[in-house]
Order: sequence, then C-alpha cells, then structure tokens
Amino acid sequence: MTKKITIEPVTRVEGHGKVTIHMDHQGNIQQTRLHIVEFRGFERFVQGRPYWEAPVLVQRLCGICPVSHHLAAAKALDVIVGAGTGEGLTPTGEKMRRLMHYGQFFQSHALHFFHLSAPDFLFGFDGDPAIRNIIGIALTKPELAVQGVMMRKFGQEIIRATAGKKIHGTGAIPGGINKNLSIEERDEFLKGADPLNADKMVSWAQEALDFFKYFYSSNKEMIDGFAHFPSNHLSLVRKDGALDLYHGVLRAVDTDGKKILHDIDYQEYTNYIEEEVRSWSYMKFPYLKSIGKENGWYRVGPLARLNTAEFIPTPLAQKEFEIYKALTNGKPNNYCLHMHYARLIETLHAAEVIRDLLNDPDLLGNDLVVKGTKQKEGVGLIEAPRGTLFHHYRINDNDQIEMANLIVSTTNNNEPMNRSVNYVAKAIMTGKEIITEGMMNSVEVAIRAYDPCLSCATHALGKMPLEISLYDEDNNLIDRKRS
Amino acid sequence: MSNLIKFKIDGVECMTERGKFIVEAALENGIFIPTLCNMPGVKPKGSCRICTVKINGRLMTSCTTPVADGMEVESNSTEINELRKSIVELLFVSGNHFCPACEKSGNCELQALGYLYQMMVPRYPYEFPLREVDADSPYIIKDQNRCILCKRCIKTIKDEQGRSLFAFRDRGHRLEVVLDKELAAEMTPELAELAMKNCPVGSILVKEKGFVEPIGKRKFDKTAIGSDVKL
Ligand code: SF4
Ligand code: FES
Repeated sequence: MTKKITIEPVTRVEGHGKVTIHMDHQGNIQQTRLHIVEFRGFERFVQGRPYWEAPVLVQRLCGICPVSHHLAAAKALDVIVGAGTGEGLTPTGEKMRRLMHYGQFFQSHALHFFHLSAPDFLFGFDGDPAIRNIIGIALTKPELAVQGVMMRKFGQEIIRATAGKKIHGTGAIPGGINKNLSIEERDEFLKGADPLNADKMVSWAQEALDFFKYFYSSNKEMIDGFAHFPSNHLSLVRKDGALDLYHGVLRAVDTDGKKILHDIDYQEYTNYIEEEVRSWSYMKFPYLKSIGKENGWYRVGPLARLNTAEFIPTPLAQKEFEIYKALTNGKPNNYCLHMHYARLIETLHAAEVIRDLLNDPDLLGNDLVVKGTKQKEGVGLIEAPRGTLFHHYRINDNDQIEMANLIVSTTNNNEPMNRSVNYVAKAIMTGKEIITEGMMNSVEVAIRAYDPCLSCATHALGKMPLEISLYDEDNNLIDRKRS
Repeated sequence: MSNLIKFKIDGVECMTERGKFIVEAALENGIFIPTLCNMPGVKPKGSCRICTVKINGRLMTSCTTPVADGMEVESNSTEINELRKSIVELLFVSGNHFCPACEKSGNCELQALGYLYQMMVPRYPYEFPLREVDADSPYIIKDQNRCILCKRCIKTIKDEQGRSLFAFRDRGHRLEVVLDKELAAEMTPELAELAMKNCPVGSILVKEKGFVEPIGKRKFDKTAIGSDVKL
C-alpha cells in the first residue's frame, strides 16, 4: 500500500509550509516534498511605484528580518542613483547601514536560537510539545529565556537607532542613510545599564555558544547524524575572503571546498544563477548555471557562510571558527544541525562588530548621502540572517520600477530544505505505520535548521497549527493528526 | 458699531472681528477645529466636511461659515467627533492609502486625523479602486491612489499668469485631480516643492525625494495634529 503523509502547516516556521511524504507498500519513503503554498506578490506590486519607495515597501515582506530587505533594496538603488556598487557610500552611510544590519543579525539569530531551536535541544525533538517552546524555557531555565529576550531587545534598539523604528524603519535611502548616530545613542549602547550594553552582549553571545557546544559534546552522534548530506554552498565574502554579512563578492564552493563560483561581482548574477520552476511548487529552485539544474543547487545561510569564508575578522568569533573548522578538518561542513552552531558563531561575531562599530567616530558624521549618474538597473545583495538575499530592480525614464526580481534566502535554500526533509523522513519514518508527534517535529527540526521564513519566501503572513494527514495509495485519508 | 463680536465654542467665550470664518476665529482664540480642504488665505470651498460643527442644531462647515454675534458653536463633542471620524474613515476606504510606504507618513494630515480620532480600522468596506500613478512630469509624481480631491493644489499651484497647474478631470465617481497636460511644462522645482507641501496627503511627491527626513523628525511623529493650538 502506498501512503501519502501530509504535514501541514509547519509550526515555529514563519509562514505556511506543507510536507507530503509518499510511502510504498513496503513502507519505504518514495518521495518527499516541501510545498510552499502561497504565491509571490511583491515583485508585481512594486511595479509602477517610484523607485525610492522600494526599501520601505518591500521590507513589508517580513516581520522578522525586514532590515535585510530594506538594505538589499537600498543597495540596489545605490547603483541606480549612481552611488556605486557597494563601496561608494560615505563612511557614515556605510557604517550606519552596517550597524543596522549587524543589529538585525544579532536579534534575528538570538530569536532563532532561544525561541525556535533551543526548545528542541533542551527538551528533545520528541519532548512534550506543551513545554517544548519558549514558555517551557522560561519555566525551566528562566535565565536563558531572559537572555534571549534581552539580546533580541538590544539588537532591536540598534535597529531603532539606525532605521528609525524597530520594525520597518526608513533609515537606508538610495545613496546612503537618513540619520547619523547621536552621541547619546552611542553611549547608551556602549555604557547602558546592565545587561543592555555591547560588552554584555558579547559575553552573552559567547555563553549561548558555550551552551550549544556543551550540548553538542554529549549529543554528538545525534547532531552529526541528523540530515547530513553533501552540497554546494554560496554566500557573499569580503574581497579578501573574510566573512562579511553586509557586502562583498559572490562565492560558491562545492562539498570539498573547491571554488565553483569565483568571487564574482553580483551585478552580474544573472550570468551565473538561474531559477528553475517546478510544477508542484510556487517557490522557484535556483542553481548555478555552470553546473546545471541537477547538481547546481546550493545552500545559503550560516552553514554556507562559514564554508565559503576563509576567516572571521573579529577575534573571539575567529577563535570559535577555528575550533568549528577543525571538526571537519577545514573542509566544508555539511551537517544540517551544525547550522545552529554556525549561527551562534555568527551571533558572537555580530556582537563584536556592533561593539567595534559603536567605537567608530564615523557613525557620528554628517555626510550621509552620495549620488552620481543615474542608472536604469541595479542589483543589491546582502547576507540576510537566513542566507544570501538578492534584490534586482529596473526603472523606466519616469523613475518608476518596471521590473523587480527577488531571490530570498528561503528560495535559495529550497532544494536543500527538500533534501533535508527527505533524509529525515527516510531515517525515521521508513516502515512506520503511525506518525508520532516526535516524528512530525523531527521533520520540522530539519526545516527549521534553515530558519526559513516561509512567509518571506512566499510573501504571506501568519503561523498555523500543525496537521498531518495520512493517505493510502488511493488517496483515502486513513489518519489525520493535529498539534 | 464695533467690529468685534462675541461668540462661544463649546461654551468657551471667544471674540473675533466681524466677517471671519469660524475656523479662523477659533484658531485666534486658541481652539483647534480640524480642516483638510481649507487653506489659510485661500477662499474656502467646503468640500471635505471635516470641519463640521453644530450651530443651532444644524451641521455646518466651519471653514465657510462666518461667525455671527452671539453664535454658539458645538465642536469638540462626542457627536461631532464621531462624525469627523467617519469622514476620515470614508476618505481612507475610498482611496488606497498605504501609509507604511508613503513618503508623507508622519507629515500627512489625513493620517494625523486618523490618529487624532483613534481610527483603528475603518468601519466601512475598502473600495480598493484602480488608480493611476502619473510620473510623466520631470519634477513630480501624481499618485491618484492617495488623492482626496481637496483641491488645495488647484487653488495654490499656479503659473506666472495665475493659471492653475492642476485641474479636475472626469466627473462623478471617476472625478480626479490631475496635472494639467497643457500647463505641465510650467512646473518648476520650486512649484513642485510647494505642491507637495500643500497637498495634505501623499498624492503629490517631489521626484527622487524619499524618506530623507527620518522617523521621529516628522511633524506629527511626536505631537498630535492641532496640539500646537493652545487655549
Ligand atoms: S493632489 Fe493633494 S492637494 Fe491636490 S486635490 Fe489631491 S489631495 Fe488635494
Ligand atoms: S476644511 Fe472645511 S470643508 Fe474641508
């Protein structure tokens, strides 16, 4: 008997996803698919709008990482207003944006770790769902919950000071930024009352990482064995190969670490990357043209970034990076759940960058915007917390957007997420007749490792409860479970 | 006969010169009555009705009604404020006002009135009309999604010969205020700035001027509309 198991929608993933699993009569997993059910709309409805609205309009895609969209759009518009392709801004413009972005990274990664993934590590993938959440953490490890909330708050305050609002600000404008940092704001972040200051954030980020490493040391087998599969990895890197989340050249490496995309200028991304449409999904599948549809897919996000970058330009994170790299003998890391490890190293890096930037007097400068010869087209890339984010706009003679193309991180990770789900389903569901809550959550853990923002990938909002439906080969519903 | 007359707004004794309209006289006496279509120094037309007050049991537009001696005006009452709130809501549903991505957000009088009357969500169904964005002018963008047909641009943006650069087009439900095609060439950067400033909403935008003024520095970011008028 062939069974079709449907898990929908996925919980603790922003947005709406659905997993279908097909089993043959021996109980073998035949096929798994992660369906993203909503449709894309933003690329269409920015058409006709004046170009300078894009950074404030398109960020509405997402309530978790709007800053990434805000900045990627602004970077694309820098090109359009003739401010260069990334290095042309004033020091104040560039550094204020960086501060905004690293603040965003810090809060988003903290949210992911403490609210979305720590419950799984603390209570187990098959732990009681009633407490396997942030409330459970607050009850059993209140200090951890407080850290999570305060780290998020610190990052959001940085965003407020740079973008004007914690969510959906207006700070980045074509060619620069609309405000500098006041001395009062800076001092508040540097010397604010405990725990809301930059030094404390660095030490808390280190503690969170140590917490994960401790957990890892006693659960190595489980973590390493979970959805481990080879892949290509893609991200921006600084020209010298350093990890850079705001700007750089585009690099991809294969599973052995060989460069397969050689530090290209991302204005030319269409020469190297193509998006495949598959009939069963609304979300496209990007791949590297040079390698082709079958094997050209890649991962983006924390795991990928630490695979493409050669070093991290802040000391504490660099030290951790070396320990982390040693686990795979310097080769690319393909362990799905090491995504969390990598994410925490990045969190530490973000805290260090924020602290260092705050000490930079350029943030207080008054030279905010540059403009040059107007261009018709521009591409803006940024490393969003969940991975590389592409914004591409073309305008007409009247300053209206006539074409927009967005490739969001979750779209970049479409194929690897599908593969991860497949690996997990094979490992835990093969031959099983009954779908337990633990199994359901394991599938979700695989998806959640990528921290997908399904709403941003597909541009819908909201979270819904989990539902699993089990069908026989004639599509008869034989079981349905809801969480 | 003295030119000064006495009248009352919500029971408060006021004094003004004969011939003044109620809104102006209220302002002189430190009382705020909301307006949208009205502009100081320009002949009032009474088209938006937001300035509605009650006099002798009758609803009147205070921007077009001159004060009379001994007049008793009801303005800041539950009934009148409720009415004004409905007008604001109707304006919101009859256009496409998406404040989050609007350059005028924080400087918009309609948005500010929405806050003043604590509009959470309009009680009327959205019309979601299909409207155009005219970006042909080198200096301005005219976004019909946001136009509330107040005519302030028609009344104040004129060329050297006194001809209005903006004009009505069509009628009834399709009525629009557009940049006059024949006079569009008369638009200057200075007039563009003035038009954007005089438009109470975000229907006239100066080209390439977006979000330069940060959040927190805009007119109604920290203080409610009318709060600068002190009794
Ligand atoms: S464009 Fe502005 S000023 Fe002109 S009628 Fe419309 S809302 Fe009024
Ligand atoms: S302000 Fe009086 S009717 Fe518009």
